[in-house]
Amino acid sequence: MNMTLTREKESPAIEIDNVGSAALTEKVYETSNLNLWYGENHALKNINLDMHQNEVTAIIGPSGCGKSTYIKTLNRMIELVPDVKTTGQIKYRNRNILDQSYKVEDLRTQVGMVFQKPNPFPKSIYENVVYGPKIHGIKNKKILDEIVEKSLKGAAIWDEVKDRLHENAYGLSGGQQQRLCIARCLAIEPDVILMDEPTSALDPISTLKIEELVQELKKDFSIIIVTHNMQQAARISDRTAFFLNGEVIEYSDTNTIFSNPNDKRTEDYITGRFG
Amino acid sequence: MELRKTETYSVQQMILEKKSKKKINMEKVIPKLLFITAAISVFTTIGIILTLIFETFIFFDRVSIVEFFTEAKWLPFASAPSYGIMPLIVGTLKITVIAAVVAVPIGLATAIFLSEYASEKTRRIIKPILEVLAGIPTIVYGFFALTFVTPVLRDLFPSLDMFNALSPGIVVGIMIMPMIASLSEDALVSVPKSIREGAYALGATKLETTIKVVLPAAISGIVASIVLALSRAIGETMIVSVAGGSTPNMSMDVTSSIQTMTAYIVQVSSGDAGYGTTIYYSIYAVGMTLFVFTLVMNLLAQFISRKFREEY
Repeated sequence: MNMTLTREKESPAIEIDNVGSAALTEKVYETSNLNLWYGENHALKNINLDMHQNEVTAIIGPSGCGKSTYIKTLNRMIELVPDVKTTGQIKYRNRNILDQSYKVEDLRTQVGMVFQKPNPFPKSIYENVVYGPKIHGIKNKKILDEIVEKSLKGAAIWDEVKDRLHENAYGLSGGQQQRLCIARCLAIEPDVILMDEPTSALDPISTLKIEELVQELKKDFSIIIVTHNMQQAARISDRTAFFLNGEVIEYSDTNTIFSNPNDKRTEDYITGRFG
Repeated sequence: MELRKTETYSVQQMILEKKSKKKINMEKVIPKLLFITAAISVFTTIGIILTLIFETFIFFDRVSIVEFFTEAKWLPFASAPSYGIMPLIVGTLKITVIAAVVAVPIGLATAIFLSEYASEKTRRIIKPILEVLAGIPTIVYGFFALTFVTPVLRDLFPSLDMFNALSPGIVVGIMIMPMIASLSEDALVSVPKSIREGAYALGATKLETTIKVVLPAAISGIVASIVLALSRAIGETMIVSVAGGSTPNMSMDVTSSIQTMTAYIVQVSSGDAGYGTTIYYSIYAVGMTLFVFTLVMNLLAQFISRKFREEY
């Protein structure tokens, strides 16, 4: 069996150092001229955004600005909503994912997602983590055990649950459940992790733990996070996109957005004048 | 305060007046009334059980309980009567097993289709049809079995008797199928959408999500629906009386005439077995057995659903 458990990623030609030279890293997602309608409602308007490898990209904006809609198009979860129409392109690793010939299951195997409310399966902690590997055909018990340990460690929850792996996941606290969901996502070793307001249902301490985790995870994964919380975006992201009424108002280095925004509306939003 | 000056009445005053006028304290009376109505069903149940037990004891005074459970012949009307309930139990189980074989796969498949795959429009057509099916009087099912299903089956298997276990078994299956479909669908629908999304987000297909996440999450409700439906099959009376025949026997053959516990009770109740005869008391013993059967089934259902419960 030729399965390595340590993650091997094609390393980009150029060494990455955090923010400054970020522009040089490889692109994971390239969105061009994306438009999306819910029935008649034009929810995303001409979006152009590139996302980079081993970075945390934050998407901020007031409620109803389209940020959740956008992140859900990145793994096509948006298709679960009836009557959605899109135009334009989203290239993931140079392939247009909106092309219906792109198998959505293949995409979602590469691009994991963590949701607003923790949504573990009503199964044991162990079964939650191995669910992904199992449906993708990994049955070897020893390997599954290793995946469980590795994923739970990766999600910084191993020490808390290692003695009760076979207990129901619903016995965990909200913050632990959310980290379990992250572990479940890590178990299939995705390339990108999408996080849709992952801390909005959590208390401050659990939120802090997740934020620290995100910093840790970006070494191995590319992370795109939607957040309602501007301080959170400022703390953890390398780049920030500001959405308003379905449009990208501004997208640049997080430092720039928060210290020296270009657009008046961005400034108004981050200084708390609306939203 | 502007308000107090201009108004000529005080709301607080009116509330106090209204309170003092109330003679009967509804808050205390209503709960007692509700308790009494709830108690009615409990007392009825206890009454039925006591009657069953009492009359059953009279029967066992005349026929030994060992004979009742070990004798392989049920011949209450013979000149040398024999009261072994096994043939009636075998008849009942044959019907139940055939009904389960028909109803469980079809009912479950229907439930999965309705909750996971059907469009809103399709669901709106199929659900009322299921409800109609569930509302048909069982005597109609009985004649359907005797005058339609049996002749069709006899065309296929010429050796089939006019009265047999197969035809009413299938029809009982059709009768309980909507119950499994409807209750299982409720269980499936109540599985939160977020859990399905969690599975989709890991690259699971719709089928993988349905079978490995949604079904296990709903298993307690599904098992409960199946057991409930099977206890109805055990207790089903009209279909088996009309189409099953009245020949208690121990054979596993489903093509020949049988008699179930319920059908025997009907036969005696509608016949002319006099009050006080052994035959008369035998229907209580059979009824008691039937009651224990369904009670055990229900306890089993509770046990299983507690063991497999997945809370969300």
